[in-house]
Amino acid sequence: METYKLSVNGQPKEVTVDPGTPLLWVLREDLKITGTKYGCGIGACGACTVHLGGIATRSCVVPVSLVGDRPIVTIEAIAEDRVGRAVQDAWVAHDVVQCGYCQSGQIMSAVALLKTVPRPTDTNIEESMGGNLCRCATYVRIREAIQAASQQLA
Amino acid sequence: MRAVTSAANDVLLGRRAFLRVSATIAGGLIVSLHLDLPLHAQEAGEAVPAPKVYPPDAFVQIRPDGKILIKVNRLEFGQGVQTSLPMILADEMDADWSQVIAELAPAAEVYKDPLYGFQMVGSSSSISHSFQQYRELGARTRAMLVAAAAQQWNVSPAQCRTEASVVHGPGGQSARYAELAEAAAKQAVPATALLKDPSQFRLVGRRVRRLDSHSKCDGSLKFGLDLDFPGMKTAVVARPPVFGARVKSFDDKDARRIAGVRDVFEIPLARGTGVAVVADRFWAAKQGRDTLKVEWDLSAVERPDSAQLWTKYKTLARTPGKVAASRGDEKRIDTFTASNRIVAEFEFPYLAHTPMEPLNTTIRFDGDRAETWAGSQFQTADQAAIAEVLGLKPEQVTFHTEMAGGGFGRRATPDSHVAREAATIAKRVRGAPVKLIWTREDDVQGGYYRPMHVHRVEIGVGPDGMPLAWRHVIVGQSITAGTPFEALIVKDGVDSTAVEGTVDTQYDIPHFHVSAHHPTVNVPVLWWRSVGHAHSAFVMETLIDELAMRAKADPVAYRRKLVKPDAKKLRGALDLMDLKSAPWRTTLPAGHAAGIACHECFGTAVACAVDVSIENERPRIHRVTIAVDLGLAVNPLGVESQFQAGVAFGLSQLMAKGAITLKDGRVEQRNFDGYTPPYIVDAPVAVDVHIVPSGEAPSGSGEPPVPVISPAVVNALARLTGTRHRSLPLVAV
Amino acid sequence: MGPHRALQATSLALIACGAWGASTALGSARDGVAHESAAPKSAEGLAAWREVYSVLTSPRCINCHTATNHPQQGDDRHRHFANVVRGPEGKGVPALQCVTCHQESNADSTGVPGGHGWHLAPLSMRWQDPSEKILSSAEVCRAVTDRSKNHGLDGPGLVRHHEEEPLVRWAFQPGRQIDGTARTLPPLTHEQFVAATRKWVEAGTPCPQRR
Repeated sequence: METYKLSVNGQPKEVTVDPGTPLLWVLREDLKITGTKYGCGIGACGACTVHLGGIATRSCVVPVSLVGDRPIVTIEAIAEDRVGRAVQDAWVAHDVVQCGYCQSGQIMSAVALLKTVPRPTDTNIEESMGGNLCRCATYVRIREAIQAASQQLA
Repeated sequence: MRAVTSAANDVLLGRRAFLRVSATIAGGLIVSLHLDLPLHAQEAGEAVPAPKVYPPDAFVQIRPDGKILIKVNRLEFGQGVQTSLPMILADEMDADWSQVIAELAPAAEVYKDPLYGFQMVGSSSSISHSFQQYRELGARTRAMLVAAAAQQWNVSPAQCRTEASVVHGPGGQSARYAELAEAAAKQAVPATALLKDPSQFRLVGRRVRRLDSHSKCDGSLKFGLDLDFPGMKTAVVARPPVFGARVKSFDDKDARRIAGVRDVFEIPLARGTGVAVVADRFWAAKQGRDTLKVEWDLSAVERPDSAQLWTKYKTLARTPGKVAASRGDEKRIDTFTASNRIVAEFEFPYLAHTPMEPLNTTIRFDGDRAETWAGSQFQTADQAAIAEVLGLKPEQVTFHTEMAGGGFGRRATPDSHVAREAATIAKRVRGAPVKLIWTREDDVQGGYYRPMHVHRVEIGVGPDGMPLAWRHVIVGQSITAGTPFEALIVKDGVDSTAVEGTVDTQYDIPHFHVSAHHPTVNVPVLWWRSVGHAHSAFVMETLIDELAMRAKADPVAYRRKLVKPDAKKLRGALDLMDLKSAPWRTTLPAGHAAGIACHECFGTAVACAVDVSIENERPRIHRVTIAVDLGLAVNPLGVESQFQAGVAFGLSQLMAKGAITLKDGRVEQRNFDGYTPPYIVDAPVAVDVHIVPSGEAPSGSGEPPVPVISPAVVNALARLTGTRHRSLPLVAV
Repeated sequence: MGPHRALQATSLALIACGAWGASTALGSARDGVAHESAAPKSAEGLAAWREVYSVLTSPRCINCHTATNHPQQGDDRHRHFANVVRGPEGKGVPALQCVTCHQESNADSTGVPGGHGWHLAPLSMRWQDPSEKILSSAEVCRAVTDRSKNHGLDGPGLVRHHEEEPLVRWAFQPGRQIDGTARTLPPLTHEQFVAATRKWVEAGTPCPQRR
């Protein structure tokens, strides 16, 4: 067991856990922040996506021991950001979600895309969202919502 | 379940007034399924049961602040029922929609499906079974509110009108529903209810956004997996590598040394036994399980092997099975020579459901009662199973229905195996709530797959290019054998869920014969979204397309000619699809081809056209045009979503890594790296959905999108490459 | 010719070949392109290259030296899951960068390998063809010694790259898979690999004849 000081959504947090514990489970079970989801545990589905040091990161495969002092932002705080809010609004306006379980990760990935590429092409969207799995397969509306958010932010 | 179809005027239902099915789940608990048919039951000499009046107060709560809480008697797992059922009730009630909130109802008698008699979601029947029910609930609630107002104002209810949660009196009086709620609750629930004329609907038939979007976009909505309670423990189970194997011995020395691990013990499973690891947190439980050394007794279990099964199934498919459908002369096919005969063999692998939210159930057992939280598609059965394991009566088990991250049939288990495992563990961890989690690996390897199937079809082609004789043999495990549903669904040795989509075809084929074999295999199987239609529609629609090509006929025209004249819904869908897609179908660029498919299932007719090219050795689907006739579309926006997304789900069957295979008893895939559902690149880029206008009773939209897409794509590929794939998944294009 | 003279002549010839080999293998300063040498190559140098080649084409290295838009993974070199792509700089694309999963060091508890600056080798350093067939020893040698393709590395640069580059070093401590098993190592240790590289460079980075 080791103690780690983390910055989560702008708040300092301290946890004492096994160093190999994935950040995902530290967030969910030690910090009780459950918006970030467990879908596969191997980084294949993206449901666990957070922003770590500003980079979209799959928290299920990152042991808390490798986080360091990089700030962590989760879905719960994404609306505090202009791009995040636009994406969430577009997601709601376009009725994207079905079961919704993957959508925290989808939104976190979409925000990362739009922050880097404010006017993404269809190819940009397909490549950047290419690793986010939606079993309900809401992909058509995900594309629409990202384009809409992009236009709204322009 | 499928023999009891969702069609309200199904002949089978009409002949039953009251049906009670008893079955034992291991342990001896009787589960009663009442088919209570207040609107349709007639049986010579039997009394018709009185129409059931559902108590509004179990479904509607008007809060002092004006919020209207509507309880939904089904699991919400993406299909949108949490919005569409409240829409129906709120419309009849004239409630202010902006004040409506929805909640999933717990397990209780009053929330049972009105036709099936147990609380469930599945077979795309939520709207068709509860449309009338929720209308009546809304109308009765409105009547009680009006009665309360009329009483206060000393006027007649007929003189009052309602709008947006307000009752208006004849003399300019008005009262908000929130003000009237208490008085309304004291009114007698009226025996009859005046329903709106559909022309008066304000919500039903409109595009209404989902109620649960916000909370699913900001991380606030809690799925079953997210729940946390004081003192809660988390459990995972080490499962046998071959279904049904038992623990011979286990060494938990290292496991117990992991910080946070609390207990390790053997538990019975639906098949065989496993070892439960209980810990303070998931990661500790998982580490505990990883360090467990288990010796398995594999001696008494059959080791299924995909290669061996294919051989066995193909051999069986060459022999007649139990008859599922027969009309005309079953020997007529034998009169056709090779030049006028098509013989086709199809292979469909096991499929896993892999809903995004891994399976989980949380239970707290206190000795004389228990409380459960689960995203269950089968609340009645699961509650009863938990009660049985804990030695309680079902009513001593409070069962909360949680929002679920997908299901596709996986959370509708006749044997309630997840609930039973959780209860077994909760019994030992008495007093503290325990959350059982199936990891993704447990899920991919844990069985309950869509069964593997082989179809073998012989078609005798008439001089006009139309199929004259059709002999069809289907081989696949029975999903319902050994379950309480067997008596309803297996008739004369045929499980209807294996042959649906063929026996009920809308194609007019004079000499038509379908038979089935149901081998017993040591692999647990289950219904996968659209069940038999997923594979049977593939067979029908690719064969019909092949026949059309042979006859040098347009695939739409050919189908129009072959479909029965009275298949109104299917014809309507086909026509609308043709109309909406003809402009682009006829102007495709080089390297693209169009593919057509149509199918009717769960009371809904669907026709689609796809625009496909080949990129990176995979089918690239640029566009899908879909037309659907599902009767009255309660929420056209929801229907559009279901179809746009449902067809992409259907493409699971074509994915290169979209098969569960077994080698010497072990499942070869582990996680999404080995069993891969569609990602965005695999899904259609654009899908336009067109709903045939209809005032008929609503039918389903959950499963109907799934069957049409795979054959449509394969039909397009046949035009592009000359190869018509008959073996799924598509490994090489 | 007496034995002594024969030996002298042979030695001179060998030295001349060695020098020639060195100059032609790395090309003239003018055009940076390797020329075929008609003279015999240093047998030892070629043997050292064979050892280097065996490491370069082992899964831990070649999985990121692809000719396609994606990396490979596993000893069977299957396409990396989750549709990860190369991106303009070999670092993936926004929201799906290599560092979205791969951290600065191995994550053994979750089975994800890691090293500083995880990314794909540039296409100029592809050691397989687009159909994923491993290139021949001659082809790889030409690519590795082509200064217009290898980021201007000369002989000593190559030694340094093999000795110090974090992702090269990673291949020799590749961590564990999610099931706990250790990843397969390259056929040489890192020290042996560096030594072989040095030997090959000292021999003038000879390349086998193109087949």
